[in-house]
Amino acid sequence: MVLLELKNITRRFGDLVAVQDVTLSIESGEFFTLLGPSGCGKTTILRMVAGFDAPDEGDILLDGRSLAGVPPEKRPLHTVFQSYALFPHMTVAGNVAFPLEMAGCSRDETRRRVNETLALVHLTDKAGQFPHELSGGQKQRVALARGLVNQPRLLLLDESLGALDAKLREEMQIELIALQREVGITFIFVTHAQDEALALSHRIAVMRAGRIEQCDEPDKLYTSPANRFVADFVGKINLLEVEVTASSKVLLKLKAAGLGEIAATDPRPISVGERGAFALRPELIRVFDHRESADLKNRFEGRVKELLYLGDVTLYKVELANGFIIEALMPNAASGRAKFYEVGDPVAVCWRQDAGVYLRN
Amino acid sequence: MKSQHWLWAASLTAYAFLYVPLAVVVLFSFNDSTLNAQWVGFTTHWYAKLLGDGEMLRAAANSVLIALLSSSIATVLGAMAGLAMHRYRFRFLPVLVLTPVAMPEILLGVSLLLFFRQVLDLTLGFLSILVAHITFSIGFVAVIVRARLAGMDESIFEAARDLGATPWATFRRITLPLIMPALVAGYLMSFTLSIDDFVITFFVAGVGVTTLPLQIYSMIKVAVTPEVNAVSTLLMALTLTLIFVASRFAPDVLKAKA
Amino acid sequence: MSDPRTQPADLTKWVVTLPPTAFLLVFFLTPALIVVAASFGEPGEFGGLAPWPAHSLDAYRFLFGDIIYLEIFARSFLVAVLTTLICIVLAYPLAWLIARSPARRRDLLVLLVMLPFASNFLVRIYAWIMLLGPANLLYTPFAVIAGMVYVHLPFMILPLYANLEKHDPALLEAAQDLGANAWTRFWRVTFPLSLPGVFAGSALVFIPVLGMFAVPELLGGTGDILIGNLIKEQFLENRDWPLGSALAIMLTGAVLGLAGCAAWAARKGLHGTEAIT
Repeated sequence: MVLLELKNITRRFGDLVAVQDVTLSIESGEFFTLLGPSGCGKTTILRMVAGFDAPDEGDILLDGRSLAGVPPEKRPLHTVFQSYALFPHMTVAGNVAFPLEMAGCSRDETRRRVNETLALVHLTDKAGQFPHELSGGQKQRVALARGLVNQPRLLLLDESLGALDAKLREEMQIELIALQREVGITFIFVTHAQDEALALSHRIAVMRAGRIEQCDEPDKLYTSPANRFVADFVGKINLLEVEVTASSKVLLKLKAAGLGEIAATDPRPISVGERGAFALRPELIRVFDHRESADLKNRFEGRVKELLYLGDVTLYKVELANGFIIEALMPNAASGRAKFYEVGDPVAVCWRQDAGVYLRN
Repeated sequence: MKSQHWLWAASLTAYAFLYVPLAVVVLFSFNDSTLNAQWVGFTTHWYAKLLGDGEMLRAAANSVLIALLSSSIATVLGAMAGLAMHRYRFRFLPVLVLTPVAMPEILLGVSLLLFFRQVLDLTLGFLSILVAHITFSIGFVAVIVRARLAGMDESIFEAARDLGATPWATFRRITLPLIMPALVAGYLMSFTLSIDDFVITFFVAGVGVTTLPLQIYSMIKVAVTPEVNAVSTLLMALTLTLIFVASRFAPDVLKAKA
Repeated sequence: MSDPRTQPADLTKWVVTLPPTAFLLVFFLTPALIVVAASFGEPGEFGGLAPWPAHSLDAYRFLFGDIIYLEIFARSFLVAVLTTLICIVLAYPLAWLIARSPARRRDLLVLLVMLPFASNFLVRIYAWIMLLGPANLLYTPFAVIAGMVYVHLPFMILPLYANLEKHDPALLEAAQDLGANAWTRFWRVTFPLSLPGVFAGSALVFIPVLGMFAVPELLGGTGDILIGNLIKEQFLENRDWPLGSALAIMLTGAVLGLAGCAAWAARKGLHGTEAIT
């Protein structure tokens, strides 16, 4: 069931178009993420949904009703700010109680709901403390509790995990997922960290320069990126410039200059002679001894230019015949010891025909 | 190290330079002599004389009343100005609010004199002094409030609205409690400035009304007795206490005065 | 980064901004403009100002015609310059000492500086009357300067201290490490970096001194009158308001000119000190 709709939203700041003709539908109960580099317009969209900004064109509908002209305090949705924005002069309990007081809840009801929500975020014992006495992770949870306590239709999170260190971030991510699934409230999450987006979301909208490049589930986004930008932004990718030499339902032949032919598949009707890019994820490439043969169509020889031992995997940068440096990710042996190829070793790389995606220009 | 000694000596001299003259004033307020030339003996006679001096008491009452009223109004207007300067970056606002503070006082005094007499044809007195004091105090309060706001996380106010608070509720529950220390400091500073003001009051007081500083001025010009010392000492004690209390509420208050 | 707000906030904007703005427009700006207008007016029958239509350039002609006014302006500038310089010399060691003290003691030291300032301005002048009278130094130029310095010294100490406090001690250590002696370290590192503070303090001293009348009147002799005394005379004693207004306009012009120079200097000449203001 659709909860929030953005219809053809455009927002300009002078000459700069921050958001360009964006249309989105967000389902009830979803964890939806707006992902993109800074300046792509994701925060602007969030602020427009929250009511601190208004679109120049287009409309925002909540439960089918337009939010135009409705001020932030009257919208049944809340924001978790990047800096948490906890009220310094109120205790944790005071902060969490605030939205209930604004909504006119009775004292008993308020107390009950505050305790309930604090238990949900595991902060019951901090109820009487002030924000400056809390750690970053704890402040984060107070901000969450405050945003959830009066059960809004929607919770907006603005790069909320940005200020936390790596380990804490990971913990909070797991907590966030559990929280959202438990509470069932729709979350709209804004971030520039693609790994975070992939881990948390039901669906992700990748944005660039005010437009939505692709809106899909995480695994579809990863395995079938719609264009170069998405392919490159989400995870690591190899991009080869290619020309289509043959096209059929079962086989797409792509010629990469100086390299040879790549066998791929694509269900779309593609004309011969078209130019585009071949996108291939590093973990789908196998690096092996150049004297070995492979019974895969896509086999190319090259030399190891660089390698990075990362503990569980090794990243190889292999220079191919045409000078292109392909990145391949190989899992290390079960014992943890890698079967290293040294820099300068001649090797071969290969991948399956259905690995990789053809991207049109 | 030699340079350390030199530094200490120079600083001590500076502190002495600041305090000795005032210490002399206080000391001689207990001088048992009508002339202030030499120390004769200890007496509290001059303080007693002060309390019996009708004109002096009237001047003190006026000073306090004007200070109370002007500070109250100046604090409200100054808080608004500080809030506006911080939040809505109007170009003209800092200029309008802060110039009365930056300009030599005589200019403000003279312009208000002209304005009251020539344009409003108002008899100079209580009201003109009140208005004048409010005018130069607004800037002080505004600076203190603005400094307090600048040190806070802006998103708090948005968060309040986001969580359902109307602009008025946001002001009442969030803004006001958070700027309260600045308001108290601002009030006390305005009070001090008002009680102490001489130059501007001199021009707009007219004939009927006098304040403590004006009284002191005429006493200095007419007849210098230790009574002047006594009233000076009392006034100093008052303003000292006020500034001290004010600095508890807003550490920047002393820098604001400079 | 946030830009326009939704409607209720616009109303708040005006509710908050209007009252102080209106008050100051009426009681500050308007009187200022009146002074300008009055300087082109004619004295009234019994002093003050003649009713509106009467206007003339007499006041300005008078001002520019008689050399004595130029002398008084020059003397006022001289007094202001002297006072400022003496204040810098006296304030610097004290500000430096406070800035170098351990953090806890600093607040106390600053408070000790400010306390004399808490006394009434007239009292501070009176103190010098008491001190100088017996020494027969009253009613001399020395008395005037002493009074001016005494009244304004805290204004110089505080901005200077605020600036010096932010200096990175590592800079001086580096200079010493590279072979500079104490004087060189001061003159080539500390002083240039402290210039914004020096300028700020100078502005806070120079401008008020220009407009002072109480100090020259109470401490100075008849030959020591400054612009402030002139203005006071015209408004309250001679009641030649157009002349007084013209004098006030000249003073305002001087002050604005100085403020402009200070702002220009602050923006231009202080390379490398931008981080410390």
